[in-house]
Amino acid sequence: MTVMERSPREIAASVLDPEMPLLTLEDLGVLRDVTVAQDGTVVVTITPTYSGCPAMATMRDDIAHKLHDHGYVDVEIRTSLAPAWSSDWISEEGRRKLRETGYSVPRPARRRPTTGPIPLTLTVQPRTIACPQCGSLNTILKSEFGATLCKAQYHCSDCLEPFDHVKEI
Amino acid sequence: MIDHDSAYDGLIDEDSHGQWAFGTSFDDPLAGVDTTVPDDVDLKALAAYCLMLGDDALISAQRLTQWSTRAPELEEEVALANVGLDLLGQARLLLARAAAADSDTVPFISATSPVPAEDALAFFRDEGQFRNVRLCEIDNGDFAQSLVRLLIFSTWRLAIFDRLRSSRDPVLSAVAHKGIKELTYHRDYAARWVVTLGCGTEESKRRTVLALGRVYPYVAELFLPTTEEMSLAAVGVGVDPRDVREEFDSVLAQVLHAAEIEIPTGSSVGTVGGRGGRGGIHTESMGILLAAMQAVARAHPEGVW
Repeated sequence: MTVMERSPREIAASVLDPEMPLLTLEDLGVLRDVTVAQDGTVVVTITPTYSGCPAMATMRDDIAHKLHDHGYVDVEIRTSLAPAWSSDWISEEGRRKLRETGYSVPRPARRRPTTGPIPLTLTVQPRTIACPQCGSLNTILKSEFGATLCKAQYHCSDCLEPFDHVKEI
Repeated sequence: MIDHDSAYDGLIDEDSHGQWAFGTSFDDPLAGVDTTVPDDVDLKALAAYCLMLGDDALISAQRLTQWSTRAPELEEEVALANVGLDLLGQARLLLARAAAADSDTVPFISATSPVPAEDALAFFRDEGQFRNVRLCEIDNGDFAQSLVRLLIFSTWRLAIFDRLRSSRDPVLSAVAHKGIKELTYHRDYAARWVVTLGCGTEESKRRTVLALGRVYPYVAELFLPTTEEMSLAAVGVGVDPRDVREEFDSVLAQVLHAAEIEIPTGSSVGTVGGRGGRGGIHTESMGILLAAMQAVARAHPEGVW
């Protein structure tokens, strides 16, 4: 009999995000639940960051493979869509890793009204963003959209470096 | 044992899953999602409704993708592709929901077909089976026209998704909860551009006014309810689009006021025997769009890798 050295939770939590591999799925907040059913099946629940997140398939495969490699034969990966992922779910550990790698971390997400029309925002809500390279607050938003769905592009006017800001959602 | 941390091992992985070449390997986007529907909900109507909402997103995504490599600036190309990807994600969930609610909606390809249901719906239906509104399929035109269309589309869809959050179908409700976060910034992005163009140069204003004149005739169709929309709205599953007209008009008026552009007063594009896009009657643009979107998949329906 194989000795399970690490719990399914620990294993699933250590799987890396395919698009930002400095973060684990737990750091990113996409790992919602890990349980073991009575028949021994490991049931892992993940949630996409955005509806079109192209990394979901890879995450699923990576979790299953890693659990298999550690001796867990029966693995079921479930998707959860509600509640919808929020950048608020990125852990403190995840934020620390993002900062160390040169990302600007999201501030608390804006609360949306639960009833009534969603207000239109005709002017860009300026964020006070510090350059992750030099700390300067003299930074410019280049685009609300970036290399992946979760990032906006900024530029530092002092050290002149571009950088990514993980968006509030 | 394969070391999955090495990308090269994947190349010699003999335990191939044989995934269909044109989809992702994510076999069921709704895996593990509670898909229980209340007893009083007509599954055929639910499937038809999910196709409508899914096709609107799919066809819009296809149009937005056409800007890749030809947008005026790299940042805008990335933005339009991001918006398209969000909508493609919504389409995938909704088409999968349609297939789960009524498997008769999924075209039969072959007994050995490796094509997942939502991909079969996207790639193997003919024009008359698509239920998107015609607003989504008309040509991109210039940048102004694409942004005016995106403003109108996202304003309308956000108002509908806002109400769908309380749908009694758990999948529609979940898709809506997720979708409104995305549609909110799609609408803000498009609205800001329309204001920028409207208040920009003489040329940008001229083009934006022309763009609105071309797109606005497709607005009336957005608020023509189908029987499925009305029956599902009556049981708290769907939204009757007439209920969002007032909100739509108010948001659009706010943007156009800021953009210093008048709302057009011309006539709307008509229906054919009461049928428009929702009824499978499309414009000339649709066939060309579908040919580009479907040709490769249809040439290799059994392609796996």
